Amino acid sequence: MTANTTREITYLEAVREAMVQEMRLDQEVFLIGEDVGTYGGAFGVSKGMLEEFGPERIRDTPISEAAIAGAATGAALMGMRPIMEIMFMDFLTISMNQLVNAAAKMRFMFGGKCSIPMVIRAPSGSGTGAAAQHSQSLEAWFVNVPGIKVVAPSSPYDAKGLLVTAIRDNNPVLFMEHKLLYRMKGPVPEESYRIPLQSAEVKREGRDLTIVAYSIMVPRALEAAEKLAVEGIEVEVVDPRCLKPLDVDTIARSVSKTGRALIAHEAPVTGGFGGELAAVIVASEAFDYLDAPIRRLAGRDVPIPYNRTLERAAVPQVEDIVAAARALAQEGK
Amino acid sequence: MTVLTPEIETAAPPSSQRLLKELPREKLAWMLQRMCEIRYFEEKAEDLYIRGQVHGTMHLSIGQEAASVGSIATLRPEDLIIHHHRGHGHTIAKGANLTTMMAEFLGKEPGYCRGRGGSMHIADIPGGNLGATGVVGGGIPTAVGIALALQMRRTDQILLSYFGDGATNEGEFHESLNMASTWKLPVVFICDNNQYGMSMHVTKVMNIQHISERAASYGIPGQSVDGNDVLAVYEAVLAADEHARSGQGPSLIDLMSYRWRGHSKSDRNLYRTPQEIDEWKHKCPIRRFKQVLVDGGVMTRDEVEGIDQTAKTAIDHAAEEALTFPEPSPENMEAEVYAP
Ligand SMILES: Cc1ncc(C[n+]2csc(CCOP(=O)(O)OP(=O)(O)O)c2C)c(N)n1
Ligand SMILES: [Mg+2]
Repeated sequence: MTANTTREITYLEAVREAMVQEMRLDQEVFLIGEDVGTYGGAFGVSKGMLEEFGPERIRDTPISEAAIAGAATGAALMGMRPIMEIMFMDFLTISMNQLVNAAAKMRFMFGGKCSIPMVIRAPSGSGTGAAAQHSQSLEAWFVNVPGIKVVAPSSPYDAKGLLVTAIRDNNPVLFMEHKLLYRMKGPVPEESYRIPLQSAEVKREGRDLTIVAYSIMVPRALEAAEKLAVEGIEVEVVDPRCLKPLDVDTIARSVSKTGRALIAHEAPVTGGFGGELAAVIVASEAFDYLDAPIRRLAGRDVPIPYNRTLERAAVPQVEDIVAAARALAQEGK
Repeated sequence: MTVLTPEIETAAPPSSQRLLKELPREKLAWMLQRMCEIRYFEEKAEDLYIRGQVHGTMHLSIGQEAASVGSIATLRPEDLIIHHHRGHGHTIAKGANLTTMMAEFLGKEPGYCRGRGGSMHIADIPGGNLGATGVVGGGIPTAVGIALALQMRRTDQILLSYFGDGATNEGEFHESLNMASTWKLPVVFICDNNQYGMSMHVTKVMNIQHISERAASYGIPGQSVDGNDVLAVYEAVLAADEHARSGQGPSLIDLMSYRWRGHSKSDRNLYRTPQEIDEWKHKCPIRRFKQVLVDGGVMTRDEVEGIDQTAKTAIDHAAEEALTFPEPSPENMEAEVYAP
């Protein structure tokens, strides 16, 4: 990466740039989904792509999520590299049979004789007032399905580099895009680059405790860390970036250093990915260094409500992270 | 199966003229008032939204009022509906309290769903409105279950199940119509066909001329109707109701109309021309019904405009009152998730 080709673009533009660059390189890459053409995608991610690549490769579909997932799976089975856009992550529930019983399992079930190189791009998360059926974060469902990888980038830079890697990966990769991150700006190199999937990143260094956060919780944790720094609490923020396969080493190294771990995610706490994170920390060398119990700060066990106050209260906000981290920093002292 | 090719006109066809004589004046006045309430509700909703008083999304059915009112006007009070995201019209036609409904739109505690559901999920269970789903096609399988319960309990109630044109491309639509037909369930499937699923015109996503043709696959009656003619809608749905109520099973009624506004709050209308939208505004179902009532000698122009004004006042009051209502508290949300 050279400084002069790096400019500030949004997360949404970074996602688009990764797709555009990969599509220019490889005829086998195409985008399929509802309203991805003329409309430019429900969130505008594919704006302008129809003009460059035409309706065959920027393929508008009927409202048929099972068939979209099946079409992507079948094309991938043939060796193409489809990117399927689901309009809202919530509607992956309709695609589930194709993704879970076909895409994820075909390679193993058929004795390794095929692969399914596809990306499932899924706008996730709450905060837009779209209520219970348009606001979910369903990553925990997918990490429990062998055969699918799960990526949840938190910055424009990570979004581009991870999406390129996901498109090049020979397996189904679920790529979660938090709706509130779409407008976030950050430095992104113009040229193509790849970030390995299984690579967590320390987003901020600190000695007092580790916050393991992904997706929207990363900017919130970083903001919380700024506030806590004023109080003299130095927080380290580790972003796994990819939930499966998971880079346990980077997380364990951080927790070994700080002795305290707070896990933050938006999905409901019960059965959420935080439980898995806690389990891998406990099973790692970091166990010997823990000075306090591992704490989880996650969504409440409720569907996402419509009312703005209730909606905010349903998932961790910056002030919740500040309070939880402050309490954890004192625990056992 | 009858497949009509409706020329969506601005005047009333002969069958409407007959209904104009047959239906009591109060019924016709009721229909006009509900149509006006829907229009004013949605204009108010839009206005509140633009003024930043609503957090969230909404789907306006302005231009489609005749479809909601003409169909629900056929029901008996104990009959039921289940519908979809573009559901303000069905909710008002089914007799919702306008203030309670506006309160839900504003996310207030006294709203129909206590501020938890919002515009896309208004339900009035005691009033026979079994709720709107935001998942396209998602209400159709549920409709099968509701109708199954009605059948198993030997009631004479029926259910109207609403969905959009786009929803008929979901697997759930096909599975449900097949099942309901096989079991002869007391349900009428109503397609609120506004010709677009977001940016996709019906002709781009299905290889048939009329959605009602799909009925043939399930062996049920199918009919495409001018959905801007409230009386034509009434007539077609009433016949389908009788079919369902008499144990002959479901029908598929395709109510052809047009959505004047964008799909939801953010729509640049890149997929259609301003001329097309204008053409359809000239086919305004409310203006048309008013004209039919006046021309048919049912009401004077003043009476018709009086009803319009009453509707407007009712909506203004509903909004004024709902805006003063309290917000819900996030305290005990977990306790509401499971039934005791
Ligand atoms: C399962 C599902 N897929 C996609 C969406 C996004 N979406 C919401 S409304 C809509 C268009 C629906 O078209 P139609 O059924 O014709 O109803 P209309 O909006 O025109 O009233 C789409 C694609 C959704 N809510 N649910
Ligand atoms: Mg439609």
